[in-house]
This record gives sequence, C-alpha cells and structure tokens, in this order.
Amino acid sequence: MAKLIIENLSMIYHTIEAETKAVDNLSLEVLDGEFLSIIGPSGCGKSTLLSVIAGLLQPSSGRVLLDDMEITKPCSKVGYMLQRDHLFEWRNIFSNITLGLEIQRKCSKESLLKIERMLEKYGLSGFKNYYPHQLSGGMRQRVALIRTLAIDPDILLLDEPFAALDYQTKLAVSEEVYKIIKQEGKTALMVTHDISEAIALSDRVAVLSKRPAKLKNIYDIKLSVENRTPLKSREAPEFRHYFNAIWKELDIHVE
Amino acid sequence: MLNNNFSKEHELYLKAVKRRKTAVIIVQILILIIFFLQWELTARYKIVDPFLVSQPSRMIKFMGKLYSEGMLFRHIWVTCYETIIGFLLGTIVGTLIAIILWWSDFICKVLDPYLVVLNALPKIALGPILIFWVGNGKTAIILIALTISLIVTIISVLTGFKEVDEDKIKLLKTFGASKSQILRYVVFPSSIPTMISALKINVGLSYVGVIVGEFLVAKEGLGFLIVFGGQVAQLDMVMLSIIILSISAYLMYEAVALLEKKFTVWRS
Ligand SMILES: Nc1ncnc2c1ncn2[C@@H]1O[C@H](COP(=O)(O)OP(=O)(O)O)[C@@H](O)[C@H]1O
Ligand SMILES: [Mg+2]
Repeated sequence: MAKLIIENLSMIYHTIEAETKAVDNLSLEVLDGEFLSIIGPSGCGKSTLLSVIAGLLQPSSGRVLLDDMEITKPCSKVGYMLQRDHLFEWRNIFSNITLGLEIQRKCSKESLLKIERMLEKYGLSGFKNYYPHQLSGGMRQRVALIRTLAIDPDILLLDEPFAALDYQTKLAVSEEVYKIIKQEGKTALMVTHDISEAIALSDRVAVLSKRPAKLKNIYDIKLSVENRTPLKSREAPEFRHYFNAIWKELDIHVE
Repeated sequence: MLNNNFSKEHELYLKAVKRRKTAVIIVQILILIIFFLQWELTARYKIVDPFLVSQPSRMIKFMGKLYSEGMLFRHIWVTCYETIIGFLLGTIVGTLIAIILWWSDFICKVLDPYLVVLNALPKIALGPILIFWVGNGKTAIILIALTISLIVTIISVLTGFKEVDEDKIKLLKTFGASKSQILRYVVFPSSIPTMISALKINVGLSYVGVIVGEFLVAKEGLGFLIVFGGQVAQLDMVMLSIIILSISAYLMYEAVALLEKKFTVWRS
C-alpha cells in the first residue's frame, strides 16, 4: 500500500538573477513501512523535494499525497530530520526532545511518558539533563531522531542525516537510527548522495538525474542476509553488484 | 567532566597557572598604588601644580566633606539612576523595534536608510532639542542617554536576529511553528549572546549620554560636579568625580558580565 504519493511534481525557484528548475515532473510512491532512499548528485534538488513533501514549499505543479490527503502545509504526520542535528544549545536534552510537542501544544502526561520510555530504550535516559555540547556527535543525532519521533509522525524524512559525521561514527549511528526506525515501525524516506549508505539502509533506492531532478531508475534492494541491519547488509554478496549498478546510473565522471 | 585525581605533572601545571594569575593581579594593584603615590608626592613637593592636577589627599578630604554634607551618595545615585534607566529603556525599546523590523521585511527595507542616517548622526546634537521639548531635568538627561544607545541597540540586535541559522528556523517550521513561536523558541534565545554584547556597549554609551546631559542641565550628579568644579576652579571636585565615575561604570559593566554568565550557563 502506498503511504506517500508524489505526483508529477515540479518545482521552480525564482530569484532576481535566474529561474532554477530544481525538480522536474517527478512521480514516486513510498510504501507503508518501507525504507526508501533517494540518491542523486549534490545540488540536483533532493532537499527541495523533501521540503515540498514536508509542506514547507509550495510546488510549482503536481502534488503530494500522504494517506490520500494532499499536503499543503507542515503537519505532524511528517517528521523531518535535517543534516545537522540542530539541537538548541540553551535547552537540555529533555527539553530539546519536547520542542516539537511544545510548539504543537501537545505536551501531555502520556506524551512525556512516552519520551521517557524512548530515552530509556535507546540508552539516553542518563543524559536527560545534559546540555547538547556535552554529548558526542553520534548521540546528538540520536537525540535529534527522538525529537522527530516525539511528535509521532507517520513518515520520516531524512535529509542526509549522517553527512556531518565522520566515517566510523556514521556507520555506528546509521545502524542505531535504522534500528530505532524499524522498532518504531515508521516509514522512512531518506535523501543521500552516499551510494553504500543508500544500499545498506534501504528496501528500495531511487536514483535521480542531475538538476532538475528527474527519476532515472528504482532499484529493489534484495540482499541474502538474515535479520538485516545496515552493517550486515554491507557484507552481503549482492552489495557490490548494486553499488556498481547505481554508480553507473549516477553517471559520475572521474576527472 | 571533572576529574580530581590529577597527575603530578598536571598539578604542577595548575600551580603555574595560578601563580601567573596572582602575579598579574599583584602588578595591577601595584600600578594603582604607584600611580596615586607619585601623584600625591609630586603634588606635595610642588613638582606639579596641585591647583591644576589636584592631589589624592585633597580629593579624600573633599570626599569627606561631601559625605558629611550627605551629598556624596546623592550625586552618585543620581548619575547611576539616570544611567540605568536610560540604559534599560534603550535596550528594551531598541529590542522591541528590532523585533518589529525582523517581523516585517517590508518595514525593515523601508526604514533601512533612515537607520543608517540616524546611526551616523552624533546624537548629542539632539540634546538641546530634547531639553527644549521636555525641560531642564532628569527626563531630558535620560532621553539623551536613550537616544545615544537606541540606534546601536536596534542595529546590533537586528543583526543578531538575522544571523540565526536558517536551518534552525526550518526545523521549527517542520513542526508547524508560527512566526511568533519562531521568535520565541529560536530567534530570541539564540540572539541572547549578541544582545548581551550590545548591553555591554550600551553601558558605556548611556554614561556618555548621562554625563553630557548633566553638563547641559543638571543641578546634581557626577557630571554636574565635574562641570561645576571646573567653573569654580575646584580640581579636587573634578578629579574625584571622574574617579568615582570610572568605578561606577566599571561596576555596572561587571554587573552586565555577571548577567552574561547567568544566561549562558549552557555554554559552560
Ligand atoms: N531558496 C532557493 N532559491 C533559489 N534557488 C535555490 C533555493 N534553494 C535551492 N536552490 C537551487 O536549487 C537546486 C537544488 O537545491 P537542493 O534541493 O538543495 O539540492 P540537493 O539537496 O540535491 O543538494 C540548487 O541548484 C540550488 O542552488
Ligand atoms: Mg541538500
């Protein structure tokens, strides 16, 4: 069943100097409970696409449907996780996590209890009263994810969530984030320009062209590993095969 | 995080740091003592003319006289009071105007050239007009202090507002935040460091405004003592007032610095 439907979406930016077409007639469906990655070269329009889905930008044409309802403004069914964690330095971890609830005025006893449980489950309850600068980059990203999950969204949009982390941390954090998303049973749409990351985490990978973003191809990632996690996926024999295929599809020129 | 089991080397390092700090403070105090001592002695032995430069002992005597007349703290209080009020008003009104300009890009663009002109204008020039409007008195002095700090406050607070990370604002928008929520949750709190450095500048500016105001109209206050002392050729009065003025300006600056510490605990 399709959770999110993107229909003939186009997006044009207007500035005094120029008119930039960022997304060109793009159609895509995200299935309920799946992890879909969108991969494309930098500057092709991936963040723009997510901003439209989140209701932050009005598309020039086309529309986005979530559970058959058109998205026109930000709504609490969509959770958005940005590239950097953007934790507020002046708030402690707990009140960073309740930020979304406060803004939507949904700080009920149950929702706070739910956050407590999540902190417990994901090994952060000891850090509730810490300030962001006291946490490592990986932990901060986990806090950012829980902040997004706190408003209980149906679908998670992740915009290059691990790009700011160093390689080892990135492997560890993507493992954790993947597990959290699966445990919470959320549908996820991740944007990245990292081919191995896309294959390791996703059920499907959509490849976009250079700007303006058009859909080039979609890969069904079928790996022969049991109890799939990103780290295990990287060891699957098919991994390299997908990597090469997507690499070719992306058409990156090595100079 | 704190760790109290230091190695020997670390303890030596800490000691060295501490020794250096003590040395700095000792030299600072020595400079003060030497300065006043040479002042006192050169004046006493007529190497410099005490009529022109005054003399610490005469200043202390004059301070005693002022105190016995019950006027010492009265003058200090008047100047501090006018400064604090001018300073607070400048900060509050300036921040409010900055909020309006942040809120409406249109108003901001329209007012931009006027702000530039007002910022370039030496605000003291407005003193006589203000006195003409509100009369000789505290109100005029406070208004002069206010006009001096107002424009700087508007400009620096607005700059702080505009420097807030666009992505932090985007984050709030994904939660469906309204404009006033964006102001309250991210723009205002993340500009607090900028605002506090504006406050620090404002303390100095407000003092300038108050002293000039007192030069122009006052019947009491440190600025009045300075002008009056000059007119009646009482350099003891002038010098003493200047020294008290420096001390009170310094204390007020420190108070703002304390405020800064309190509001930025999260930086540790
Ligand atoms: N607010 C904007 N105004 C004008 N052009 C923009 C704006 N945001 C992005 N663009 C342009 O749109 C294109 C796609 O940007 P983006 O979606 O951020 O790419 P990606 O996330 O894939 O790196 C880029 O060429 C960028 O310069
Ligand atoms: Mg991007």
